[in-house]
Order: sequence, then structure tokens, then C-alpha cells
Amino acid sequence: MRGFEENLPEFEKRGVAVVAISVDPPEDSRKLCQSRGYTFPFLSDPQAAAIRAYGVLHPHAGEDGHDIARPAEFLVDAGGIIRWENLTENLLARLRPETFLRVLDGMPAGTGD
Amino acid sequence: MSYNSLTGGLVKRKWNWRVWTGFLVTLVGAYSYLWVFDRFPITRDFPWANLVLFAFACYLLGTGLYRAYARPSEYRGRISGAILGVLALAILGLFYYGAFYEARHLPPGENAIRVGRQAPDFTLADTGGQMVSLSGLRQGKRGVLLIFYRGYW
Repeated sequence: MRGFEENLPEFEKRGVAVVAISVDPPEDSRKLCQSRGYTFPFLSDPQAAAIRAYGVLHPHAGEDGHDIARPAEFLVDAGGIIRWENLTENLLARLRPETFLRVLDGMPAGTGD
Repeated sequence: MSYNSLTGGLVKRKWNWRVWTGFLVTLVGAYSYLWVFDRFPITRDFPWANLVLFAFACYLLGTGLYRAYARPSEYRGRISGAILGVLALAILGLFYYGAFYEARHLPPGENAIRVGRQAPDFTLADTGGQMVSLSGLRQGKRGVLLIFYRGYW
């Protein structure tokens, strides 16, 4: 997340919005954003509805056996189509912002609508 | 103080700092992932820096234990060294389990919605309690990067 925050201007330049989603309540995410200085939107999906819809549910992996999200990234284009996705098989190895920027720069512009 | 069979007298045996330092380095090796190395992709994706610390800890514990048992009249640490050695092995085992087994125990990526499909729309609360939808985020943008994360529960 830190890396994405630092690269926000680069994403903005390329017309890409960044948003984080987890089961955490808004209050917890607010504290996280304040303490770490994150400025992009953090959305709360306590029932894991969106998490389920994208097929990235990690059942019973949270505290007290709650369902949470597995780490995953999706790029949705202007037309609402999933253009790219990253599904790590290892919690420690996460998407690096520079990797995503390379992906973006390799994509034909004006896709979607 | 203890009886020294070689000199036939009472000598103060040396403090076996290696076993204690080795144990301390083991603790640092385990916790530093969360404290420090987690912040930098180069030490996060594969915890090699922690493995280096563990190797150093094992060297200290190993040589410390060796001298405690090989030269018991000179060095202390036969009992404390054994206990610290076992604790260090337990910490090492937990770290390996977490980093190389548990961390790779994720639901398969094949479950996820495929590239080329319509992204399911959603409306979720942001940190201020405002409802935000994917279609709203897409307005005037070339794209939206959705980052799903485990959360801090």
C-alpha cells in the first residue's frame, strides 16, 4: 500500500484511480489511513459481497474464523471490463507499483469505451 | 564459582555470551520481518535478510553450545544454552512455517473472475462512511485498480 501511495501521481498521470477493499469496518480503515498517510479510497466490504463477486474470498482466514479477502489486484477499464489481474500465490510477494506501471504502459491506450 | 578439575582450584567460569546473543539474534531475525523488512519489496517478497540473521544466530548458538560442553570448566551455558537453543529452534520453526507454508496457503487464483469479463459493480462505504461505487470511480478515468487486501481485522 505504501508503494502505491508513493506512486499515486504516476497513476493519476495515466488516468488510473486506485482503491483498496477489505472486510475492515470504515473506522479501522480510517485509523490505518491516518497512521500510514494513505490518501486513496479505502472501501469497507464487511459482508465480503464484492470480495465474493470477484472470486477472491479466503474463507475463515480472519480473526475468529471470519471470511476475508485474499490479496488480489484487478484493473477495470473505462468500459467496466477487467483488463488485467494479479493473484499472488504467496502472501509475502505482493504486487509492486513499478510492475503495475509497466503493465499500464504496455497496454494500448483508449481501451474500453 | 565451580571446581575446576584441570587447575584443581576454584575459578569463575566465563559467561557464555554466544548462546545469549545467538538467542537474541534469533528473536531479532523473527520480528524484524514485521518491523523492518516487510516495508521494502526487496526484503519482503523473499525473507532472505531474516534467513541471514538466522544463520548468524545458529552460528553463535552452535559455537556457544559447543564450548559449553567441550570446555565446561571454562564456560558456563550448558543448561541455559540448551534451553535457549531449543527455544531458538522453536522460533525458527514457527518463522519457517509462517513464511514458507502458511503464507503460500491461499485459495487458488483460478477462483477469481477472469480477464475480459465485466467487472461486478459494487457500492461500499469509504472511511468517511460515504457510499462509493465502482461505476462512480470509473467516471472520467481510463481505469480503476482494485486492490483487495486481507485487512487488519
